Amino acid sequence: MNPLLAILVMALTTYLIRMLPLVLFHREITHPWVRSFLHYVPYAVLGTMTIPAVFYSTSSVVSAACGLGCGAYLAYREKDMVIVAVAAVIAVYLCELLL
Amino acid sequence: MERRQEVRNGLKDGIAIGMGYFSVSFAFGMQAVSVGISPWIAALMSLTNMTSAGQFASLPLIVQNGSLIELALTQLVINLRYALMSLSLSQKLDHEVTIKDRLIIAFANTDEIFASASARPGKNTKYYQFALMVLPIIMWTLGTLCGGFINTLLPESLRSALGIAIYGMFLAIFIPPAKKRQEVRMVVLFAVLLSCLFHWMPGLDQISSGFVIIICTLLAAGMGACLFPIKEEC
Repeated sequence: MNPLLAILVMALTTYLIRMLPLVLFHREITHPWVRSFLHYVPYAVLGTMTIPAVFYSTSSVVSAACGLGCGAYLAYREKDMVIVAVAAVIAVYLCELLL
Repeated sequence: MERRQEVRNGLKDGIAIGMGYFSVSFAFGMQAVSVGISPWIAALMSLTNMTSAGQFASLPLIVQNGSLIELALTQLVINLRYALMSLSLSQKLDHEVTIKDRLIIAFANTDEIFASASARPGKNTKYYQFALMVLPIIMWTLGTLCGGFINTLLPESLRSALGIAIYGMFLAIFIPPAKKRQEVRMVVLFAVLLSCLFHWMPGLDQISSGFVIIICTLLAAGMGACLFPIKEEC
């Protein structure tokens, strides 16, 4: 497969998915259920994408669990996004050194 | 004056996302090169696509000479969640945001940019949205390029550790609101339970990850809307 052609096809597909709803629904949605639904979408997406996928994001489930624990604790303490991400990476790295 | 403040806020929120993106796209660049794609091609893909899961999934298809239709379908399934996010974001922009602005904002409506944009009180201006995109796009592309060139110089242990970076960002986005608001906590918990069910339940585990994200999101956000309808602007 020509990689440039592949990139073009991927970029177009992804752009259309993002662009169409944003452009088509430019008027305010007033329906209370739909408004509430859209309000909860980000939390539902992030919860779904994080667990259980996070356990398979490193070379062992144990190190991933260490990273998750460390990240979740700092996020609970409302630390900055970068600090949470970097601390999780360091926790995984240290854990894998010990294993 | 307010415009300047909005740009500053956008850039500031973009720094955190950009730094997280650098580490994730660094991992993507390394993986692309390890399957035989040049760092420049990988960086071009990052610049034009701005989608982590979709890009990772495309690599085997590209190197194994899959069809373009298959590639487009894979992207559609993995990235269809963005349609929900764009729909949600469409309600978050103030009335000065034109169609033309929306065409630009759509380009980088990623998981994290969307989450940052949603987390703010009130409506968002185009200045905030544009400023928010800049650093993540640059860092996502630059990280891919660096990862591609540095590839083999990094020890395996460090490469493995970088894999968790994107989830660290996710945690930082959804844990604080879940801590403060019970209804958000319930939606997140329900989404996590469903996602685990789809992962381990025989039969359900055959469904591709892109569809799982869509199904779980629809159910969890739908449950939230039924049990905890939003009263007023928030």
